[in-house]
Amino acid sequence: MTALLLVPVVLGWVLLAVASAPLPAAAQDARLEAAKKEGKVVWYTSLALSSSEKVAKLFEQAYPGIKVEVHRTGSQRILQRVMQELQANIKIVDVIHTSDAGHYVLLKDKKLLLKYAPAGIERFPAAFKDKDGYHFGLRATVNVIAYNTKSVPAADAPRTWKDLLDPKWKGKLVTAHPGYSGVIATHVLALVNLYGWDYFKQLAQNRPMIVQSAVDPSGVVASGERPVAANGGDYTFYQVKKKGNPVEIVFPKEGVPLVVSPTAIAAFAPHANAAKLFTDFIFSRPVQQVLADSEGLYTGHPDVTYPSDQPKLSDLNILRVDPEELEKRNEEIKTRFVEFFGA
Amino acid sequence: MAVEAGARHHPSWLEGLDRSAPVWLLAAAALVLLILLPLGWLGYVSVSGERGLTLGHYARVFTDPRLQKALWNTLVLAFWSGLAAVMIGAPMAWLTARTDLPGARLIKSLVMASFVTPPFLGAFAWVMLAGPNAGYLNKLYRSLTGAEDPLVNIFTMTGLIFVVTLYTFPYVYIMIANTLGLIASDLEEAASILGANRLYVALTVTLPMVLPAILGGFILAVLQALALFGSPAILALPAGFHTITTQVWSLFQYPPKVEMAAAFSVPLLLSTALLLLVQKKLLGRRGYASVGGKGAQRRIIPLGPWRYPALLGCLAVLAAAVFLPYGILAKAAFSRAWAQPLTWDNFTLANWSFTFLYSSTQSAIVNTLERGVLTACVGAGLAALLAYVTTRQLIVGHQVLAFLTLAPVVIPGIVLAVALFIAYTRPPFLLYGTLWILFIAYLTKEMPVGYSQSDATFRGIHPELEEAGRILGAGRLRVLREITAPLAKSGIIATWCFVFIGVIRELSASIILFTPNTKVMSVVIFDLKEEGQFGAIAVLGLFMLVMTFGVVVLMQSLLGRDVMGGRASGASG
Repeated sequence: MTALLLVPVVLGWVLLAVASAPLPAAAQDARLEAAKKEGKVVWYTSLALSSSEKVAKLFEQAYPGIKVEVHRTGSQRILQRVMQELQANIKIVDVIHTSDAGHYVLLKDKKLLLKYAPAGIERFPAAFKDKDGYHFGLRATVNVIAYNTKSVPAADAPRTWKDLLDPKWKGKLVTAHPGYSGVIATHVLALVNLYGWDYFKQLAQNRPMIVQSAVDPSGVVASGERPVAANGGDYTFYQVKKKGNPVEIVFPKEGVPLVVSPTAIAAFAPHANAAKLFTDFIFSRPVQQVLADSEGLYTGHPDVTYPSDQPKLSDLNILRVDPEELEKRNEEIKTRFVEFFGA
Repeated sequence: MAVEAGARHHPSWLEGLDRSAPVWLLAAAALVLLILLPLGWLGYVSVSGERGLTLGHYARVFTDPRLQKALWNTLVLAFWSGLAAVMIGAPMAWLTARTDLPGARLIKSLVMASFVTPPFLGAFAWVMLAGPNAGYLNKLYRSLTGAEDPLVNIFTMTGLIFVVTLYTFPYVYIMIANTLGLIASDLEEAASILGANRLYVALTVTLPMVLPAILGGFILAVLQALALFGSPAILALPAGFHTITTQVWSLFQYPPKVEMAAAFSVPLLLSTALLLLVQKKLLGRRGYASVGGKGAQRRIIPLGPWRYPALLGCLAVLAAAVFLPYGILAKAAFSRAWAQPLTWDNFTLANWSFTFLYSSTQSAIVNTLERGVLTACVGAGLAALLAYVTTRQLIVGHQVLAFLTLAPVVIPGIVLAVALFIAYTRPPFLLYGTLWILFIAYLTKEMPVGYSQSDATFRGIHPELEEAGRILGAGRLRVLREITAPLAKSGIIATWCFVFIGVIRELSASIILFTPNTKVMSVVIFDLKEEGQFGAIAVLGLFMLVMTFGVVVLMQSLLGRDVMGGRASGASG
């Protein structure tokens, strides 16, 4: 419903944004025509399905005649798809959006990305920009702990990542999977850098339930299937909490692993004009504001305001990981996780 | 006149060759494309290393403790669910075929319902029923008893075996019910007359006669369990263990280890082939004169005081396989929060609009229907042609043809998919990324089922009718058109329906072979599962069930009889 109410407002913004874009009007018209001729843009995205769908619908309303094909799956599956399809010489994807910054190191290295700077990106902070201009952070989230307030009183709730190692949480935790989710791959590397692999070895002793997507722990905790989530994007917990579920978010003292999720256009994009239009659109203030307002995400857009019930990114103790390191250790992260957790 | 006379003077062997050649060419081409080429590549890739041939991949499969564990888990799962399927399927078959069990017809239809239920949907429903904390049954149990521990934890090997059994026991049931239908009861009566009580008769006379069917059913159930992908992915992965199928699938993650996947697939393929060989031996050895008699008298055994307890037992099984899962899916489809009671506050239609407005869903429904209809048409047509040719022994080597058509039954879906992936992502046949590769996978997988159906159909049409037509002067084609085709029509439609149902629920091959443009419904459901979108899965699942039952009802009304009367012979994952 909120999405529908936002439509007129957003459309107004979009017109403004488009009008203020750097491209000269004639070039803009030509690109719009070319994009309309292409008719669609194919978006491989790791953004939660409901959020992705919302962004897609906004685009389709702003640019009638250009459809957005949303293919939502985990970051690692997206990389798998892109590479697998390329190997077979299949060109489907236009815009690639995952939560594993390491992927973009790899994709750029293999010359699979198109150099394109979305309109207005120069005002974004450095952490959201590739210095070579191939990919840009569409959104950010942090990994947090969350618990079900019906099953865990606030006083007993875990406060730190280390608290989760307490045997009292045996059989009560849920973790998502770094072999599926980029958010979790980032999380695992951040904590490995903090505490070493020993942390996960011990966490595995508490026999957490293993789900795939970083979105899923929020659902598992909300349903009460497991009272505590050992990780997961804070925006997903924020959303279930907003819906009235008994979920509380904990920002552990040691710091929260920051995940900036890049987006880029494929070098071989079959709908390159629509992809550029779409990329401009998703970095425009209105869309970035929607991501912040209704989805609970952080963004790099300097003019975006955040809901008052969410901590400022600058107030949080952030754990950062180096994308190069994430790329290099991608396989190690997956293999060792499976070694400890069994699947 | 001259032409006709000339045609009559062809030597007979040439006539045979004329008819055989096109059929054999077609069959050979299909065989190469569908089976030999993919399996050849599978075998080759499994032994190819960076520097020439190697057995290194096999060495790793059998020495890596994680992969060993997956092998062992698969054996445990397959053995116990096979056994459990027999424990449930055999008594139920006997009860409905031979006793005065009340509501036997209803029980039969419900077994049919469980037979056509996609196993991954059942597994998903059981997550909502028996998840240790949020599962509906566990919640109920806790509130009734005040206990802390759950009644059942579905995320365990036991839980997995339980759920797999619920959807494999129908295979055993059908096999045994059919055999029981063929055994005359004179021997049993003789034993009774000589003073043996009923239990004694059942154990010493009936049981030995159906023993081959029981063993055959066991093997069929084991084959099913070995090949399943969806249920272990949904139930075993959260618990932290793999089976062969989920392991093969995860080897496709980037960077892909296709050689390992191939090396892991080959043992699975060999074991299914071996099992099927054993089954053939068991069922082929029809040494019992009493089995196979047609239209023999069968006496209904009165259950006496056991009638209602037996009925209750059957209903309990069917509740677990059908009523409870369907109920919880329906509830989740209309709930905001699936784990909360369906109050007015929790009621929503949003899942429905969300699911059907999602662009992937729409194209997946179209893709699924397209593949379903196409595979069913081609499959039913091809199966009918092959069955006609083989039952009427029209060409040289028809037995070989029949064997080849049935052979893919040993190929688990995921193995077939790995093989097709390897074969068709390289020249000369770049089929990966098109819907054709799915079509090939589905057709190969469904051929054995389709062929057995058609075979039964054509065996049921006595050649005498055709011969009468020929004697009265009609040509073979005219006989085919005016006598055989009308008689075979309903059987062919049944084949069509079986293939269609098999295709729309297929997951284990599709999950490897899809690309975003060729997603099918089962893959979308699996994607949604990975994100934990319960409401949307429930909606799509129900939609899939409605499609399936629509086809079943169509089939029943066209055939005007119980579809279960047919034979179940295909193993499909």
